[in-house]
Amino acid sequence: MRNNGASLAILIMLCPLFAVTVHAENLAVRNCTWCHGGSASGYPPAPALAGQRPQYVEKQLAYFHARTRDNPFARQYMWGAARNIDAESARNLALYFASLPPRAASDGVPNLVGIGRTIYQEGMPEANIVACLVCHGPNAEGVRDIPRLGGLDYSYLKRRLEQWNQGYHAAVGPPMISIASKLSDDQIEALASYLSFVK
Amino acid sequence: MRADKTTQARFAWPANPKLKDAGSRLALAAGVLAVVCVGAVSAQHQISLSGDLQGKISYCKDCHGVSAQGYNGYYPIPRLAGQQPEYLQNQLRAFIEHRRTNNIMFNVAHSLSPAVLSALAAHFASLHPPPIGGAPHQLVATGRRIFEDGMPEVNIAACAACHGPDATGSGQIPRLAGQLYPYMIKTLGNWDKERGRNPTVPDAATIMSPVAHSLNKSQIEAVAAFVSTLR
Repeated sequence: MRNNGASLAILIMLCPLFAVTVHAENLAVRNCTWCHGGSASGYPPAPALAGQRPQYVEKQLAYFHARTRDNPFARQYMWGAARNIDAESARNLALYFASLPPRAASDGVPNLVGIGRTIYQEGMPEANIVACLVCHGPNAEGVRDIPRLGGLDYSYLKRRLEQWNQGYHAAVGPPMISIASKLSDDQIEALASYLSFVK
Repeated sequence: MRADKTTQARFAWPANPKLKDAGSRLALAAGVLAVVCVGAVSAQHQISLSGDLQGKISYCKDCHGVSAQGYNGYYPIPRLAGQQPEYLQNQLRAFIEHRRTNNIMFNVAHSLSPAVLSALAAHFASLHPPPIGGAPHQLVATGRRIFEDGMPEVNIAACAACHGPDATGSGQIPRLAGQLYPYMIKTLGNWDKERGRNPTVPDAATIMSPVAHSLNKSQIEAVAAFVSTLR
């Protein structure tokens, strides 16, 4: 993880020092981009927000605020970050990040892309694994509150797919809990690899 | 203990008196063995069918919704709950036979054995969750009029005539009640691109084709809105 935890911790410590110097209007955005990257294109472990579906981001901020999305990084970073974000700020932030052009992380395992693409586009009917594209779209762009997956970083995608099996799913509706439980470790790595390259 | 008549008849032996006794004993043994084997195979089949079936039910519901009520993904995923089993079976076969085009469902249908396919159809027919809703309310009244009375002036029959007054369908004619609004719009708007695609295997899709063509966009939306509200 390239010592991300430590760099993130330093950034968070520096955050209040810099925050006072930026214009109040951009303060909320700045508070996000310290961790999510300057163009919101992600800085592991923080996922890209650029081009993410606004309804999805708005909903997740509400879940962090209410402390229902409960995976470790959510508890560690996002519960605090979303504590003072009201519904209107959440909507504005979501619309702002949705308007930024997404950039593919392209950090997956290249030779797993083929198998990942097959699972994404066709599923594996014999293993009762559905095709992701039906809900997440042909280019993994997402729709409404169904998130964009294309171009997110490998480690985030892998971690999220694993977490449904680890019980961290308080904030998600029914389909993904059942779907992710059918994926093997290899299949998760393949999907995360493929999606990291999708533009 | 004697071999019963049906066993003897089933394992008829050449009528050689010398062999008759040995023959009937062998027939008895073979009959018993056959019954035991058939029983074992059938129990085994039941177990594997029920295992397969549970897996496939869960697989279907991952997309079609936990109660098969349908789901709005990137594409609208139709409600299967309460659907006519004959229609469901025919559609699953239609995907395999290229009568109905849908890459995803082609793959899915291929993974189903005939026994699982009919068990799935029966399972989904037995579910009755409420409709998921989401259609514009202001279209419902117009939709009801078209559904119940048709539009005689433009030669459109009442939908109710075939789909039933409650839109529950019958046999190969599908239930429309509670179907997803966007799915209805997509289906009626793309009829000939999706259905009746294999000229060597004509099917019931040809009946609906002229009707789908006669409806304009706003009429399709109205009918879709109306049926989507029906329980």
